[in-house]
Amino acid sequence: MSILVDKNTRVLCQGITGSAGAFHTKGCLDYGTKMVGGITPGKGGTKDANGLPVFNTCDEAVRTTGANATMIFVPPAFAADAVLEAADADIELIVCITEGIPVLDMMRVKRALHGRCTHAGKSKKVRLIGPNCPGVITPGACKIGIMPGYIHQPADQAPTKKAVGIISRSGTLTYEAVWQCSTRGIGQTTCVGIGGDPVRGMDFIDCLELFNADPDTHGILMIGEIGGTDEERAAGYIQANVRKPVVAFIAGRTAPPGRRMGHAGAIISGGEGSAETKIAALRRAGCHLSESPADLGATMARALGLS
Amino acid sequence: MKIHEYQARELLAKFGVPVTASVLAHSGEEAAEAFDRLRGDHGIKMAVVKAQVHAGGRGKGGGVKLVKSAEEARAVATHMLSKPLVTPQTGPEGVPVKKVLVAEAVDIAKEYYLGIAVDRSKGCPVLIASSEGGVEIETVAEENPEAILREPIHPTEGLQPYQARKVAYRLGMAGKQVGQATQIMAQLAKLFLACDASLAEINPLVVTPATETHPAEGRVLAIDAKMNFDDNGLFRHEDLKALADPAEENPAERRASAHGLSYIKLDGNIGCLVNGAGLAMATMDLIKLHGAEPANFLDVGGSASEEAVTEAFRIILDDPHVEGVLVNIFGGIMKCDIIARAVVSAAEHVGFQVPLVVRLEGTNVEQARQILQRAKAQLPTMQVGTDLTDAAKKITTGVKAVDVA
Repeated sequence: MSILVDKNTRVLCQGITGSAGAFHTKGCLDYGTKMVGGITPGKGGTKDANGLPVFNTCDEAVRTTGANATMIFVPPAFAADAVLEAADADIELIVCITEGIPVLDMMRVKRALHGRCTHAGKSKKVRLIGPNCPGVITPGACKIGIMPGYIHQPADQAPTKKAVGIISRSGTLTYEAVWQCSTRGIGQTTCVGIGGDPVRGMDFIDCLELFNADPDTHGILMIGEIGGTDEERAAGYIQANVRKPVVAFIAGRTAPPGRRMGHAGAIISGGEGSAETKIAALRRAGCHLSESPADLGATMARALGLS
Repeated sequence: MKIHEYQARELLAKFGVPVTASVLAHSGEEAAEAFDRLRGDHGIKMAVVKAQVHAGGRGKGGGVKLVKSAEEARAVATHMLSKPLVTPQTGPEGVPVKKVLVAEAVDIAKEYYLGIAVDRSKGCPVLIASSEGGVEIETVAEENPEAILREPIHPTEGLQPYQARKVAYRLGMAGKQVGQATQIMAQLAKLFLACDASLAEINPLVVTPATETHPAEGRVLAIDAKMNFDDNGLFRHEDLKALADPAEENPAERRASAHGLSYIKLDGNIGCLVNGAGLAMATMDLIKLHGAEPANFLDVGGSASEEAVTEAFRIILDDPHVEGVLVNIFGGIMKCDIIARAVVSAAEHVGFQVPLVVRLEGTNVEQARQILQRAKAQLPTMQVGTDLTDAAKKITTGVKAVDVA
């Protein structure tokens, strides 16, 4: 099993005719994702380079294709609207890859998704991953996003018969974690890049909850970084609820306070967000801390009793 | 993006928040004129001369001085403008002072802190207020957390009048001050939302003592302001973009951002070039773990061209403290062969006089390895890192070996 996405997930791409949208739609198709179409206002009725139907609106795309997930490559100024459009069309999983969305727009999106009602007057659970994230992948089944597919190890083919769930605020550092697991024969049930922005959709706790409930996920690898207090809150959740081994790494121990380290959300400010407090909280919660980014896979192997 | 205090005051005034009168000056002469003008227009007896730099902690560094005459204003301003200002936030080299603000000095009966920031966990702006004004809010948060009031602001509806009243009364305000303070809070919230601010601080907000012209109660007004804006929101604020002061940025960081690179100068000796912010931070941590110090944070991003990456090497190698360079790439969207080509190009155009360790993994890694293999003669100081630990060991021992030699 997996979380969030599997081989039956039907995926749209918002911004499918833009350069990034087109490139990664192809990448997802090549990986085996069930891509069913895309949206670019004004280009409805045409087909993309892969022969997928293009629609003017999400609403029309969902009614025609039965899609239940979408990945967004819309430029930052219009991305918040794209998220709201997807939610309005009853898409259950919205994966927003776009980097550079104003924080204020994301605050408004969060508020709108929170108190959202569908046209029938019923509110339906909608999940947002990102923005500013690599996306989500269930290896061997469904890739929604920009990660290189081949580094992943499907859970059911893992030589060690062990598989883990990965949650991360960073893109390339996730690839590093995945690679270190795959090369040790540890599979991945699902990997979720929750994104590097200060205000985002799913957080660590949302993902921990799902991985904790998934019987095929034997351990959880979480990669945090400086900024905010999500890791501290996750530590509280882990301590109270998670009985699977959790390996954690926090990037940015050497980052100076008050400087934004690339990611909009990676900043120590207002007396919060340092790596030390996050590491201490996770350690108290019983997590296995990986001291070095080079030891993510080895620490997980030990935590799973493989070495 | 940060702006200067004088710019933040102008913005507050534009939104109807009362601020003390002030005049900007670029020289001792102008500061003296400013004092005279404030005396003529507002009848002031004293003024504060304040260095206009983005760094905080100005008071502690001698960047805020009380003056009682135009002559004194001239002398103080001339001195402030003559040398870099060192504060707890600038580092020992300090920052140059190009402008000073001459501001009306008012009598203060009570000081408050008032600010709006982003509450990341709640996903909305939050109004923060404290009756301990004039002190950094971080310090209050540490020493006396119950003295801080927090009121969430709805991102579309804004701050509601009842919320502002609640805060004003809990701050201990009374009478006419309540109305003035709630008005200020409402306007500050409007400013925050209208300008895509990430921080809008009035510290301190003061109440002046009752005077002859205001016999019943004092006035509530801002005597200092600090504002930061969300870089991602600037595309819709041409007017705010114009407030940026390039002189306040590190020149190498400015050069990098012009090439779409995210670079932050640090104090160590090992330069690093990485793709992705998380991996770049982790690489810095890795260097430290192996007993050395990173010279910089550098994320080349996912779509940098060979030229941009070559420029990144130039920026790293221009730093005189750099004694070695570690390249750590996990190719996803970024293709390893682009990095390899940039390494070769940097070797041709700049030259690596210091040890270089290259660790590549991911998209097009085989092509990249071949490119580096073929260029080996041009890269005498290069070693290949097989994994992260190997790369870290090679660069730290490589740098030490050079030190000994």
